[in-house]
Amino acid sequence: MEKKRIDEFTWEIPPSAKAGMKVPARLIASEDILKNLDEGVIEQITNVACLPGIRKYAVCIPDGHRGYGFPIGGVAAFGLNDGVISPGGIGFDINCGVRLIRTNLTEDELKPKLKELIDTLFRLVPSGVGSTGFVKLTDKEFDNLMIEGVSWCYRNGYAWESDIDFTEQRGQIPGAKPQAVSAKARERGFDQIGTLGSGNHYLEIQKTSFDDECDKKTAEMMGIERENQITVMVHCGSRGFGHQIGTDYLQSFGQAMKRYGIHTNDRELACAPFDSPEGQAYYGAMACAANAAFANRQVITHRIREAFSRVFHKKPEDLEMRLIYDVAHNIAKIESHDTGKGYEKVIVHRKGATRAFGPGSPDLPEMYRAIGQPVLVGGSMQTGSYLLVGTKKSGEITFGSTLHGAGRTMSRAAAMKRIQGAALRSQMESQGILVRTASLKGLAEEAGFAYKNVEQVVNAVHKLGISLKVARFIPLANIKG
Amino acid sequence: MTPIRVIEDGASADFEFEAFAESLESLFIECGKAVFIAISELRLIESKIPVEFNLNADSLEDLLFGFLSELIYLKDTKKMLFSKFIVEISGNYSLYCKAIGEPIDRDKHQPKIDVKAATYHKLKIEINDSGYYRVRVILDL
Repeated sequence: MEKKRIDEFTWEIPPSAKAGMKVPARLIASEDILKNLDEGVIEQITNVACLPGIRKYAVCIPDGHRGYGFPIGGVAAFGLNDGVISPGGIGFDINCGVRLIRTNLTEDELKPKLKELIDTLFRLVPSGVGSTGFVKLTDKEFDNLMIEGVSWCYRNGYAWESDIDFTEQRGQIPGAKPQAVSAKARERGFDQIGTLGSGNHYLEIQKTSFDDECDKKTAEMMGIERENQITVMVHCGSRGFGHQIGTDYLQSFGQAMKRYGIHTNDRELACAPFDSPEGQAYYGAMACAANAAFANRQVITHRIREAFSRVFHKKPEDLEMRLIYDVAHNIAKIESHDTGKGYEKVIVHRKGATRAFGPGSPDLPEMYRAIGQPVLVGGSMQTGSYLLVGTKKSGEITFGSTLHGAGRTMSRAAAMKRIQGAALRSQMESQGILVRTASLKGLAEEAGFAYKNVEQVVNAVHKLGISLKVARFIPLANIKG
Repeated sequence: MTPIRVIEDGASADFEFEAFAESLESLFIECGKAVFIAISELRLIESKIPVEFNLNADSLEDLLFGFLSELIYLKDTKKMLFSKFIVEISGNYSLYCKAIGEPIDRDKHQPKIDVKAATYHKLKIEINDSGYYRVRVILDL
């Protein structure tokens, strides 16, 4: 398809490229990334550009890769009155996201205790197929958790008050409607709070590092004061609860599309007008799953603090285990953006993309308002992760969004053929990374070589300016779900 | 013809497969098996406990999506894996299934990854000139 270069990192596919496109599609990529981009991504992002009520353009972020419906790394904004909401623009794992917890420990203080710590964490944070959490919920309490998110955790002793401030949207998407959640979704979700899941979900103990482009002053303001400071990163989502809500509405939106006369190029783009009973029901159920995901990562944080406290014989407060931030990277949210005809409220879909609001945003906690929003980017379990900061430029060109991770370059099956789980574990241990996993076979599928170079994609967004490098994290121990 | 062919496509994070069968019922059974091949190995899952369900849909593809989604839901809620399936399809896209399996035992089944959901991505049931049914399915992991 024809692509017009807008600037060094922006390429545009005009609406004339495909029948039904209502706006252009934009690819944010370096020349190298663009060269290797799967044609499927272009097919998918141009399909998104055909959806009713879409504003300005459909965007694909540099870590974009082929998904179903939207590409992973797809961002699109729709009008609240004339636009749609699409489960395929959010993904089955609603509010899959990442959080980062700081400590005041150094690598030297951690090293002698690392094995004991990772074993304790492996016991306290269940992972893998069929695992259940320690939080026991009645139906009523599950309703409250879906509505309140992190605030529910605070009321029940699983959160510090400051955790609410340092979670995107204060850990509570408004408009949650438990009555829009099916009995099946409840049944799948009620015993999974506090569990990691499987696949690419992980809990990682890391040390900080800075390259020349990292902004140490911003790092310090966020709580990263020095090299080799110990942090913990968690990547997981809403578990079976969100997966079932996605499944339920993908099924029922088939009928809704017929009722509203909507046609899409891909059934995975099933959608309903946002301002319709069906669209509002999905939004209410999605908010329940998003809040449950915030609560899931919060309960895991509670267990992480407990594990550090047991191993270091100190209170988590004395270890200064403050949450730096928690971001959602599979979600739809009502936000105000410049859509080309001034600012308006839109429903922004981010599928495999992270909100990256710049300085001055009233949505940020006071501590970060002058510097911008912390953005957490998970790499592979062998190569490390990044802390970035959001910018005003992201608000101008990507609806306040940036990348979410490295993205795969190799299928799971191909990765498993190349290395066995036990060999990978030994290789990682010789690199100084301890591994605990519910499945050695699953471990092989997550080998570092199966992912893009996280540095390359982070450098692309840094140079473009939609988020800027603050610090890098090197893995020391990883629990793979 | 192999009933299930796992497709290793580029950089996919998901589980993609193609199933072939002489009848619709057999096609659905092969797709059901594929869910548990993605998670474990069929030979490790004993067929001890039956679970029955009925479904209705508006099209064959909707029926297959519903069937796979039901198996994933049962896996999470009954905490079971299944290896044997009896499927009857009748009338206007109605299905009866008896799935037979056992409770998840991590040591025995060595599950490598969980299946989150079935998808509609390119989901189309076709019949070829020799009368074989064929479908390509992507499961979200």
